[in-house]
Amino acid sequence: MSGHESTYEPKSGFTKWLDSRLPIVRLAHDSFVDFPTPKNLNYWYTFGAILAICLVIQIITGVVLAMHYTATVDQAFASVERIMRDVPFGWLLRNLHMTGASMFFLAVYIHMFRGLYYGSYKAPREVLWILGCIIFLLMMATAFLGYMLPWGQMSLHGANVIIGLFGAIPLVGESIQSWLMGGPSVGNQTLQRFFSLHYLLPFIIAGMVILHIWALHVPGNNNPTGVEVQDDEKDTVPFHPYYTVKDGFAIVVFLIIFCAFAFYAPNVLGHADNYTEANPLVTPAHIVPEWYLLPFYAILRAITFNIGPIDAKLLGVLFMFGAIAVLFVLPWLDTSKVRSMRYRPVAKQFFLGFVVASLLLGWCGASNPDDPVPFFPKAADKLVVSYTDTAGIEGAAVFAEYSEAKTFQTEQQAAGATASMSIQKPWMFTFKLLSQILTTYYFAYFLLILPILGLREQPKGEPDSIHKSVLGDAPAEPVPAE
Amino acid sequence: MRLLKSCFMAIGTLGLALTAHAAGGAKHAHAPEGGWSFAEVPAGKLEMESVQRGYQVYREVCAACHSMNLLSYRNLGEKGGPFYDSEYPNPNDNPLVKAFAAEDEILDPVPDDAGDYNYRPARPSDKFRSPYPNKQAAQAANGGAYPPDLSVISKARGHGSEGDGASYVYSLLAGYPSTDKIKTKTGEDGLNVNYIEFDKDKTVGVLTQPTGLYYNPYFPGDATPQWEGDPRHVPYGGFLAMAPQLPDGRVEYIDGTEATTHQMAYDVSQFLHWAGDPKQAQRKSMGLPVLLYLTFLAILLWFSYKSIWRNVAH
Repeated sequence: MSGHESTYEPKSGFTKWLDSRLPIVRLAHDSFVDFPTPKNLNYWYTFGAILAICLVIQIITGVVLAMHYTATVDQAFASVERIMRDVPFGWLLRNLHMTGASMFFLAVYIHMFRGLYYGSYKAPREVLWILGCIIFLLMMATAFLGYMLPWGQMSLHGANVIIGLFGAIPLVGESIQSWLMGGPSVGNQTLQRFFSLHYLLPFIIAGMVILHIWALHVPGNNNPTGVEVQDDEKDTVPFHPYYTVKDGFAIVVFLIIFCAFAFYAPNVLGHADNYTEANPLVTPAHIVPEWYLLPFYAILRAITFNIGPIDAKLLGVLFMFGAIAVLFVLPWLDTSKVRSMRYRPVAKQFFLGFVVASLLLGWCGASNPDDPVPFFPKAADKLVVSYTDTAGIEGAAVFAEYSEAKTFQTEQQAAGATASMSIQKPWMFTFKLLSQILTTYYFAYFLLILPILGLREQPKGEPDSIHKSVLGDAPAEPVPAE
Repeated sequence: MRLLKSCFMAIGTLGLALTAHAAGGAKHAHAPEGGWSFAEVPAGKLEMESVQRGYQVYREVCAACHSMNLLSYRNLGEKGGPFYDSEYPNPNDNPLVKAFAAEDEILDPVPDDAGDYNYRPARPSDKFRSPYPNKQAAQAANGGAYPPDLSVISKARGHGSEGDGASYVYSLLAGYPSTDKIKTKTGEDGLNVNYIEFDKDKTVGVLTQPTGLYYNPYFPGDATPQWEGDPRHVPYGGFLAMAPQLPDGRVEYIDGTEATTHQMAYDVSQFLHWAGDPKQAQRKSMGLPVLLYLTFLAILLWFSYKSIWRNVAH
């Protein structure tokens, strides 16, 4: 898999025999033992290994859960609870699987932000980056399918919302929608196909992960300086034991956080409504996806206006998918010759802005779009009395005090008019507006800032090589931000 | 990078905070004074005596309308359950559990030799007796409102933090306005209507209770249509079809505890919290050894890391 020369030497008779027939031990040795890895990787680089562990945990717990789960609308909810109650250690499996989904996304977001910061998507690693984007997309699909399986209120109504998005596509939308649902509405047939696909996709992810690692091992790791390895001897260390032990430490620390959630707060990352069995006749007050999809949900809901012939619903869908699609072309959007943002003082600021915008988009996704954003000053609500008098003339009067409004209303009614009171909201800085601003920044970051900044920015203090940077004799090495 | 690190922290806390932002209108449910013993960080335990009393409240009050379809009588005697007895590791042998089951008469789910379904006393292996044969019957008997199944109600309310759901149940049951606050007048159609006068801060006005519904500040809803007063200051909460159920002395506790509204609401909330997650004791008691093991492993790995990397500048 790797470009470097193999150092594997089979010792025993059996390994020699095997090596000349299927050099699988050689492959593993060259990929995970003797693979030359830059010596300056920091802890942000451990999330690749952490993600591999997450995938393994999800697959193992998931396979066992599937042995006890029943994918029919009548029994799905009860069968999940049966796992929690009657299957030996079922509560552990289910809590690990449920928390594991959140942990998987936590790790993948850090992994992606790391790639964005250190320019890991740039040549010659474009394919590596695109494979990663495909894995991310598959993860979102898998998580969405899995969220359907407990057949709670959010499962059903969340599925309705997401599948409804496809209905916005012109001409073929409705056909796609009923094809996904397997019928006119989300029902038993939908649950069964979602279960089938939820079981299938993780193995496709596993396959993509193998390609992802393969594509990593051709150019080798990027590193915090963004400077390519020039001298294996000076710049790198073998993967084992140097990075097996470092990744191992990081994995165990991550597992501590993982287990703290799984054992002490398994439900805190989910939504309580999903413990109410699905009922198509009752729609929850607020339909929200799981936390890891909230930023994209916010982008979807931020688009409330039509542009030309494209209506708001379709436009929202386009923006939401666009927010992911733009990642695929990122290697060609960023024009900077310097990989790592360590040496890009201006880009670094914009990057931090991007991280904050993504987090705030998550907040917007969880909030009611019409609610005012907390901490912003807002004028007091006023009262409006609208009336139609006996002559049929309509009018309205605005009051600040209830007693005055009430007196006015009573007077009007005494005069034979119909009068009703309502609340007049002042202008507010709503979550809708905030998510529109943040969505603009999200796209501007990729489509304007990175392309233009790359051409204009003066990089500062990029070292000549990895070993010079770690020895600290690089000219004008800026204080690394970590 | 320091900023990045704090962002990393933020993701976790955001996840918590985000999901907490929902359901408008209702008053924020609160734990009883002194808090829940089981919500103590990290591994608080249920008060088993309270859970036992809570079963009595459920059995004598709630079970008249509410089912608990996911629970069987045997669960009461399983490890972590309120009537677990180490002498009877198999809960089906536990005489207390057998006696509780036998108090209820259920329709045997298995037909007899003639193919008829018969009533018989329940056994520990049976599901809790359901008060109504089906949902329609439940609705018909309750003015169209369906009394929700209580099996996982403690997980289906609140925001997923330990004790959220129990706090909701407690606040709701103990949070009805006291009877002396509810006044009666003759309505326009000559029938009596109940109303409540509010005079607190800016919430000044009169709230009329629709017939067959009861006001509760903790019940999510919108009281605006029934409110005569400033529409900007409508009282919290809404109306539900369940009348106040736990006046003082509603049950007579076997253990002699005084059955105040607070006490009964407290006990039944503990019971429902257990019922929503009967394996919580196992979960929490396994958490500590797991975390200790991982911490120990992390320390070992840290020193291995230090030792392996000692001669490499990085």
